[in-house]
Amino acid sequence: MRKRTFSGGTHPPECKYTENKKIEVLPPPDLVTIPLHQHTGAPSEPLVKKGDPVKVGTKIGEARGFISATIHSSISGKVKEVGECIHPVTGAYAQAVIIEGDGEDAWDESVKSTDSYRDHEPQQLVEMVKEAGIVGLGGAAFPTHVKLSPPKEKPIDTCILNGAECEPYLTSDHRLMLERTKDIVEGGKLILKALGCKRGFIGIEANKPDAVSAFESIPKSENPFEVAPLEVKYPQGQEHYIIDAIVHREIPSGGLPMDIGVLVQNVGTALAIFEAIRFGRPLIQRVVTVTGSAIGEPKNVLARIGTPFSTLFEACGGLKTVPRKIIMGGPMMGIAVFTDQVPVVKGTSGIVVLDEKDAKQFVEEPCIRCARCVDACPMKLLPTTIGDFARLGMLEDAERTGIMDCKECGTCSYVCPSRRNLVHYMKSGKARIFEERRKKKSA
Amino acid sequence: MNKETEKSTSTVEAAPKLLLSVSPHIRSQTDVQVVMYWVVVALVPAMIWSVYVFGIRTLWLTLTSILTAVLVEALFQKVRGRPITVYDGSAIITGILLAYNVPPGVPYWLVVVGSASAIGVKQIFGGLGYNIWNPALLGRAVIMASWPVHMTTKWLAPKFGTLSGIDAVSSATPLSVLKEAHRVFADPTSLPQQIAQVKLGVSQLYSSQGLANLFWGNVGGCIGEVSVALLLLGAILLFAKKIIDWRIPITYVGTVAVLGWIFGGAKGFFTGNVLFQVMAGGLILGAFYMATDMVTSPVTRRGRLFFGVGCGIITVIIRAFGGYPEGVSYSILLMNATTPLIDHWTSPKKFGSAKQRN
Repeated sequence: MRKRTFSGGTHPPECKYTENKKIEVLPPPDLVTIPLHQHTGAPSEPLVKKGDPVKVGTKIGEARGFISATIHSSISGKVKEVGECIHPVTGAYAQAVIIEGDGEDAWDESVKSTDSYRDHEPQQLVEMVKEAGIVGLGGAAFPTHVKLSPPKEKPIDTCILNGAECEPYLTSDHRLMLERTKDIVEGGKLILKALGCKRGFIGIEANKPDAVSAFESIPKSENPFEVAPLEVKYPQGQEHYIIDAIVHREIPSGGLPMDIGVLVQNVGTALAIFEAIRFGRPLIQRVVTVTGSAIGEPKNVLARIGTPFSTLFEACGGLKTVPRKIIMGGPMMGIAVFTDQVPVVKGTSGIVVLDEKDAKQFVEEPCIRCARCVDACPMKLLPTTIGDFARLGMLEDAERTGIMDCKECGTCSYVCPSRRNLVHYMKSGKARIFEERRKKKSA
Repeated sequence: MNKETEKSTSTVEAAPKLLLSVSPHIRSQTDVQVVMYWVVVALVPAMIWSVYVFGIRTLWLTLTSILTAVLVEALFQKVRGRPITVYDGSAIITGILLAYNVPPGVPYWLVVVGSASAIGVKQIFGGLGYNIWNPALLGRAVIMASWPVHMTTKWLAPKFGTLSGIDAVSSATPLSVLKEAHRVFADPTSLPQQIAQVKLGVSQLYSSQGLANLFWGNVGGCIGEVSVALLLLGAILLFAKKIIDWRIPITYVGTVAVLGWIFGGAKGFFTGNVLFQVMAGGLILGAFYMATDMVTSPVTRRGRLFFGVGCGIITVIIRAFGGYPEGVSYSILLMNATTPLIDHWTSPKKFGSAKQRN
């Protein structure tokens, strides 16, 4: 198996405890809290008010602006409140629709499946994807219809389905690739059609040989996607590096994949597109890997959007020890949340709950200039230098040395023997630079 | 305000004490101590060999040096009101390397002074991570400048007999024999007898027996530099553990090999013995254990290549044309000073700046 890759990166322990656990479909919860901002871009506008009856798939939030996404109810019942909840991404209060279930789990009348889904025109496909509220399910939650509508001057010639899943612990994409192989390919074909693009790859890290052979077992006539096994290395699944590994093109600094004619979609997103076009189902659920040392029985579950984390823990054998840290997403780029009452959102690829031992905190020591971060940085930056500039408030120097190119993948912090919080310096440095720019603009 | 407080208390009550921190939430096993102690482990075989060929005295000298380094570091940190971090292993390495860089016959107080100056200067610059020069080499430079007689004459003869078969130079180092030959050949007043003697000396050094002595460590020299074989064994361990990178040592040794062949001979250009140049003196110790000192060498990959080549050039210049027989320590110190500049000039092309290809 020829394995493709990029330069740099690291290989943390995989901890994929759930790779052999079939996706378990959870019953609809009694109460869901659906934030109106689950995507990159503008929050959605609420379409319902307290007391309104809703069904599964009823539109409850309208996209506001081009980069935004539609929101749907994930259960049937009654709107209890259009209020606020703690958002798992920001940790702050955010507008949300809270729905009380009636246990009927009836689908909205607008949800209609069609056998002739292959006949749709590209423009129609994009419109349907937009109506279904599909966002990138890899974690970044970028609205998919935007990606599928590149400007005319930037035609897409290559589409990559991203099944790398390089984050430790997470296995949701892996399971989907095994259990929904054909549907993912169907979704991929719809993407190709929407873009008018011929060439397709599916990138899978080599630690999932079963997924590789699952795709390879589909006859070539039915699968336009060439399987590209990737070296097992973090952050192989980030757009920049999966493109570099497979088609050897580099996204220019500050650019997007479309600038070099490539589109990358997570395999889960491809499946969501298939479900939306084939069955008319909007994005109301997703596969979540619930794992970590504090979880009784780690599992992959199909959960409704808006389900509180605590409900997922109950479904996974409860907590076997007092959790010390709850991470939404993987341990490399995920976000620590301070309560288990936050809801599953479209970008929740996994929930990793760590016990006291695994959530160990480290004391930062001075940099010994060992250059591990420099050797590992996949963006080929000098994290130690930029980190110091950011830490000392030397923002111009930080910008000059490339802080804005940092993708915050966490490789530098991971490998640092001095335990420096380099990603933190990058994030806060960037935030301050954005703040300065805003000030300059308004001045 | 009221609404906010009410809300937050209810959630805080519902939640157990959860830790919030920025990603990544996991870290590699390798911390500073792990890095430092592997270097210590890699240096142990050379120590054992040194005790074997020069006697137990070298062990006491080394331990004195380590103890001084650790105590001085603790003292400095205490006085500066900084956390005491002597357990991180960096002072231990400095202590070991300082001792490895002195002749086995020096008085104990000399290593105390050397080790104390090494750590002193390191701490004055801000401690681990902030020092510009390799501390051990700086300590050596201090005692070399202050007590040159001790540093150049206190050699001990190795256990298995004389170095070159000539009694007169039984306790000299191979490079000093070469330097002497250089001087005798160049001096028109040299007596034929003298010339014959140094010729014999050089041919003994270059003989397969002489080179084997260099490799296994049966020559006069500093405490830690005698056995090329055991130093390389430790270096292989450091490579395997990914503690050091190949770029500096390989370019350093390679440059000395090439330039040593051109300029390192006793009789003119292109007469140098490559194996001799590479194995003699402190090159292996310097290239694998001191030039690779992370704090004082470049962080960029390209920079490390330049650093190694620079060390090699200066080493050969000093060996061939300088006043000392050996140039390793000064070459590394000089290159240490260029590290910030090298880093500045060689920062890598960031991802996304390459020309697009298909």
